[in-house]
Amino acid sequence: MSLLEVKDLKTYFYTDAGVGKAVDGVTFSLDKGKVLGIVGESGCGKSVTSLSIMRLVDPTTGRYEGGSILFEGQDILKLPEKEMRKLRGNRISMIFQEPMTSLNPVFTIGYQIEESLILHKGMDKKQARERAVELLELVGIPEAKKRVEEYPHQLSGGMRQRVMIAMALAGDPELLIADEPTTALDVTIQAQILELLKSLQKKLDMSIIIITHDLGVIAEMADEVAVMYAGDIVEKAATRELFDDPKHPYTIGLMNSIPDVEEDVERLRTLEGLVPSLYDMPAGCRFAPRCRFACAECEKQRIRLTELAGGRQVRCRRYEQ
Amino acid sequence: MGKYIRKRLLQAIPVVFGITILTFFIMKLAPGGPLTGMISPRTSSESLQRAREALGLNKPIIVQYGNWLKELVQGNFGYSTYNGQEVLAQILERLPATLLLTVTAFVFSFVVGIPLGVYSATHKYSRSDYGLTIFSFIGISVPSFFFGMGLIYVFALKLKWFPTSGFGSSNFRGEGLALFLHKLRYLVMPALVMSLSNIATVMRFARSSMIETLNQDYVRTARAKGLSEKAVIYKHALKNSMIPVITIFGQSIPNLFGGAYITEKVFGWPGMGLLGVEAIANRDYQILMGLTLFTAVLVLLGNLLADIMYSFVDPRIRY
Repeated sequence: MSLLEVKDLKTYFYTDAGVGKAVDGVTFSLDKGKVLGIVGESGCGKSVTSLSIMRLVDPTTGRYEGGSILFEGQDILKLPEKEMRKLRGNRISMIFQEPMTSLNPVFTIGYQIEESLILHKGMDKKQARERAVELLELVGIPEAKKRVEEYPHQLSGGMRQRVMIAMALAGDPELLIADEPTTALDVTIQAQILELLKSLQKKLDMSIIIITHDLGVIAEMADEVAVMYAGDIVEKAATRELFDDPKHPYTIGLMNSIPDVEEDVERLRTLEGLVPSLYDMPAGCRFAPRCRFACAECEKQRIRLTELAGGRQVRCRRYEQ
Repeated sequence: MGKYIRKRLLQAIPVVFGITILTFFIMKLAPGGPLTGMISPRTSSESLQRAREALGLNKPIIVQYGNWLKELVQGNFGYSTYNGQEVLAQILERLPATLLLTVTAFVFSFVVGIPLGVYSATHKYSRSDYGLTIFSFIGISVPSFFFGMGLIYVFALKLKWFPTSGFGSSNFRGEGLALFLHKLRYLVMPALVMSLSNIATVMRFARSSMIETLNQDYVRTARAKGLSEKAVIYKHALKNSMIPVITIFGQSIPNLFGGAYITEKVFGWPGMGLLGVEAIANRDYQILMGLTLFTAVLVLLGNLLADIMYSFVDPRIRY
């Protein structure tokens, strides 16, 4: 059985501008100990997908309109809030994009880690402090004993992201969701954080969902990749296969827009056109307006996810048969 | 911290010096003069001249200021031109009553204002939020003398729950708890009047600050940890949202002392405010200068206290 199975997830936002279909029928699954990368450009619904798994979508505007999220077979969309809280930060943890603002400035980092340990592990203050120091050592923070007393503003961005990771690990999670964990960091620090995540994943046998717009991060980390576009998964494949042989026109476009270091080019290649508005999605294939293979047929109705050989999936009419 | 406090106290010296200049010269600009309060139709111009010379009022203004300042640094605030009593003694006599009133109002505004603001923020756009918003607009816009007289009319004259004015009856012979409760009945209405607009201000501030804080990334982190909404709000968000509220803390101190003039007059409360109002009527320049100076020092200390409080709430501020 898969650790996580997301089936036809629909997360919509109801605002004055209308209904925003941020996630519209996303389906994927993740096995224990595997790393899934979700890649896509800003606004494609990758962050909302991850927040939906944590059930942290802003309840004042967001609704889970359909589908299910099975965590070890249990539908977490149906769990009462109290049960959900027992999963959050415990068996499912999340780290965020902005380490600079994701830690509470008025509490010590030790306190913030211990809070999780006391909550989920039932430790007392002293045990929690010892474990917090261990966790800080685990994520490679030097002088952890001293650092545990420090406040977030005393740490660099990379260090803060390590603290976030330590905090996420406090509950020994089976699933770690990393939402753009390296986007806000310097390139050298990015590499260190990815390295750390990879080694922790092996050491602790966690499953990770890594969300990014950076194909480099995917290549580095993921076993499998889901490419999202405008609230849909348009292609899913093992990482190697996706890079070697992208099928969906959008994925092909993404791959082509990666500049080649060997090549001397005047202009970078881009994908023409814009992402459709959440509030006004094309009826047919959502990529059709930007697709050079599009035909009248593409714009008529939504395209199904087609299963190809080797478990690959692609949402494109050209592969339907 | 100790070094910071010493530094701030030293910085306060030139500020107080500046205040003495303002106090003295603004007083001098006021029409009339210390003697106009004592003139009767029978006063001769010779005796007026004698009195002027006796008080040094015939000397150049800068010399008068110098004389005043010289006495001031020795702790002599001068003597009332009205009744000849020592200014400092009169102020100190009235100080406890004013402190009781302002501190009560101060504590009340934060103890009531903050929870209401937090409630309003966590129930944003609900009916109770709108209700509290309307209440706060009323609280900010109703003048305190009007509110005070309204309270006196309803609760003192009609319902007879509280006395109309003063601070204790001279006929009362109780002691201990009975005396305390007796005095408390006099305190309720003026303290309420003094705190109303402050409650409203604190509430608005706490509300907007809390709403802003709840949108911060670290609040999402706290939720992602599996903390209950209560822990998220009262532990993670509250402390952060209090940082701007402390600014109000510092600002409300001068407002309270200023407001005491009106409230104490309305309720016949025997404090510094009432002393000030009486001094204005009596053209008692010495008392007014003394009061202004004394209040200014209290406000400076209050602001220092607020600044020190920042460092307790926000670890990024270290002195």
